[in-house]
Amino acid sequence: MSEKTQENSLKGRIQGFVKTFGLPRLIITGFLILLLIVAPFVGADLPTQISNIINRFSWNGILVLAMVPMVHSGCGLNFGLPLGIISGLLGATMSIEFGFTGSMSFFMAALLATPFALVFGSVYGWLLNKIKGGEMMIATYVGFSSVSLMCMMWLLLPYHSPNMVWGMAGKGLRTTISLEGYYTQALANILQINIGNLSIPTGAILFFAILAFAMWAFLHTKTGTAMTAVGSNPDFARSAGINVDRIRLISVVMSTWLAAIGILVYEQGFGFIQLYMAPFYMALPAVSAILIGGATVNKATITNVIVGTILFQGIVTMTPTVMNNMIHLDMSEVIRIIVSNGMILYALTRKTEGTK
Amino acid sequence: MENAPLLEMRNIKKDFFGNQVLTDINLTLKPGEVVGLVGENGAGKSTLMKILFGADVIRETGGYGGDILINGQKVNFQSPFDAIAAGIGMVHQEFSLIPGFTATENILLNREDKKRSVLSYLFSDRLDTLDRKKMNENAAEAIKKMGVNIDQDMKINSMPVGHRQFTEIARELSKEQLKLLILDEPTAVLTEKEAEALLESIRGMSKRGIAVIFITHRLNEILAVCDKVVTMRDGYVVNESPAGETNVKEITQWMVGKSIGDDVSSQAREEKDLNRKTILSVKKLWVDMPGETVRNVDLDVQEGEILGIGGLAGQGKLGIPNGIMGLYQAGGEVTFAGESIPLNSPRKCLDSSFAFVSEDRRGVGLLLDESLEWNISFPAMQIQNKYLKNYLGGIIKWRDEAAIKEVTDKYIDELKIKCQSSKQKAKELSGGNQQKVCLAKAFALEPRLLFVSEPTRGIDVGAKALVLDALKKFNREKKVTIVMVSSELEELRQTCDRIAIVSGGKVAGILPAGEDREKFGELMLKNC
Repeated sequence: MSEKTQENSLKGRIQGFVKTFGLPRLIITGFLILLLIVAPFVGADLPTQISNIINRFSWNGILVLAMVPMVHSGCGLNFGLPLGIISGLLGATMSIEFGFTGSMSFFMAALLATPFALVFGSVYGWLLNKIKGGEMMIATYVGFSSVSLMCMMWLLLPYHSPNMVWGMAGKGLRTTISLEGYYTQALANILQINIGNLSIPTGAILFFAILAFAMWAFLHTKTGTAMTAVGSNPDFARSAGINVDRIRLISVVMSTWLAAIGILVYEQGFGFIQLYMAPFYMALPAVSAILIGGATVNKATITNVIVGTILFQGIVTMTPTVMNNMIHLDMSEVIRIIVSNGMILYALTRKTEGTK
Repeated sequence: MENAPLLEMRNIKKDFFGNQVLTDINLTLKPGEVVGLVGENGAGKSTLMKILFGADVIRETGGYGGDILINGQKVNFQSPFDAIAAGIGMVHQEFSLIPGFTATENILLNREDKKRSVLSYLFSDRLDTLDRKKMNENAAEAIKKMGVNIDQDMKINSMPVGHRQFTEIARELSKEQLKLLILDEPTAVLTEKEAEALLESIRGMSKRGIAVIFITHRLNEILAVCDKVVTMRDGYVVNESPAGETNVKEITQWMVGKSIGDDVSSQAREEKDLNRKTILSVKKLWVDMPGETVRNVDLDVQEGEILGIGGLAGQGKLGIPNGIMGLYQAGGEVTFAGESIPLNSPRKCLDSSFAFVSEDRRGVGLLLDESLEWNISFPAMQIQNKYLKNYLGGIIKWRDEAAIKEVTDKYIDELKIKCQSSKQKAKELSGGNQQKVCLAKAFALEPRLLFVSEPTRGIDVGAKALVLDALKKFNREKKVTIVMVSSELEELRQTCDRIAIVSGGKVAGILPAGEDREKFGELMLKNC
């Protein structure tokens, strides 16, 4: 009898776990684990692969975290992430232009990016308040148009640092700028752990953890509570005396600023600043990661961010490697594109909305 | 079977999820007969007509009981199309017209006269062209049948409201098979002269043998045009009599319940001292709330009382609290305890210690996706900084989960909210319990003035009593002034000290709750 109830409760517990964790996430996790098991047999070095996943997590985590405030305030997924990224890029290039080097250049880049993020975010938030209900569509086009505008600006702005401008003309920024001597690995090197082929960028992960904790804490404050309520039911919030537009504006500014910081962290890991069309390709992976992590259009938690980033980046890095090693042909780029876009497509079909 | 009535409804029953709304309705109608159907809101008139018209909502909610016979034949309409085919036409309260089309086009929509063309020979008759001339003739004939002249080439969106209503009626009349026409409050939007014309056209229809079911709140119209008056109350037909043998007063009595003896209200309430000072004074209030427009309301609320606001739906009673609380555009003067309260700002009202329980429970009243704790504590937290812990000299205001749980548990206990825990999501509760959560939310604000709007809408009898008792207790123990809006007169009479009746966007009169039901009934219909 007691055995039976135990069995029942175990079954119930498993069902409960499946329900809270979500079946799609279980399947993706299963697939990722399968890839990790297969990897050594097809000749891929497991520790290297794991380092890869951890590294990519540390690069992308903050960009995914940037989705959280706008989801909470009901502005939906921030497809306008490129706007924040551009603020970050302005900060990065100006920091180099002003001659800062080493870790200092990272700190200065973040500092210089902040006013841009605040101004751009405010304008973007003002715009989103004008078109309630169609945020995600407008956000996408804000992203598109800001990238296009900056494509011109990167050529026209008066940058002179020889490390950044085109060699022959002496003006206009290059598409890719190396961060060697500036802030490459600025965070990752702090307390880095190296065991054989396994390396863990402790500093970058810690930095993500600090921001994630700050976000978690913010959502537990009075304003953070109001933000969640605005996203959950704006009419309820309004009848409780909340200035809905103001809360939404705050969330957009927060998201834009996090995107600016996020791209700086991405660059310090990647080692390069990418300009022109590059910001264009950053929004969709971040949106997909948070959706795969289990977020909906108006609910997202820090756990969603962490789980989603690990799963998305894990699949995107592991699949090409394993496939390449299996078929002995270098198709990594093709496979990477198929897998990452497939994941984005899958994630977008998972997009669900809460009760209205 | 020669003299079978045109329509016979036998023992019609209908419940919505166990909530009985119609019980044993019998109704017969001869060709050319005009029947007036009256009753308060929620008496079941619209539901009965929906059953007759085969509306989808009836089938989706489990069908109905009883039989409908047309010309002695039992019918069971699966959709409005079946009903139309059987010769039933309906003019709805809300217009179903296409604004950019002319009257002719609307009248003959989907029944246009057509001409064959080359393309339609080649492909299908979907490519026929419209025979405009014939259409104009047909529309003109329908308009003539109606007896009211409207411009058939005018587009609907440039027509006055009354003409739109006539276009709908003409559309029904243009159907040749029409035998029975249902008019659901057609005169509500008409001017007196237009209404007169409509009544004339009803008489004309009746002469041509078309039976009419006429639903309205204007009792004089019923008496003027109908052969028979059927009064409904709480899902029963309470009276059926020839129009010639009754009068407005009698019908009003039937509508609101004539049993004056069983007056629960006066015995249940202890006498309160009535010479109290005015705490809230509303002057020349207008509120632009769709469907509940408030035109010119002057109202004084006395300290410590429960003031009821009653009236028929659409007359503006819901607009009053919504307008004062700033949820809809409003104007006028509101003074509370000597201080002027700015309108159109929910925050200012809440800061002046008002609280509001909205009639739109799911839309405005609750955070459906959040826990009960959030729902109950949120306004108090945001407005009064309750349930917060301050760090760094107040820069960081941290949610105090323990205090939130404590207050939620307190109200769950006090109001007997049925739930698994205070962490349960609001959407998982039943309607009655959700309503209690809304009350708890307002109570947690510890207001001096509480507006409650339709507190018992859509909840069962047991929960109703609990909610009303909670309000009375709150009023008595915390000395809170309550303004309660409800469409159920009986409930107001049980709960309130005084009742203001709103009609046509104005206060038609204020009576003590113990007053006779008919007097309230008269006020309700005063400005309609």
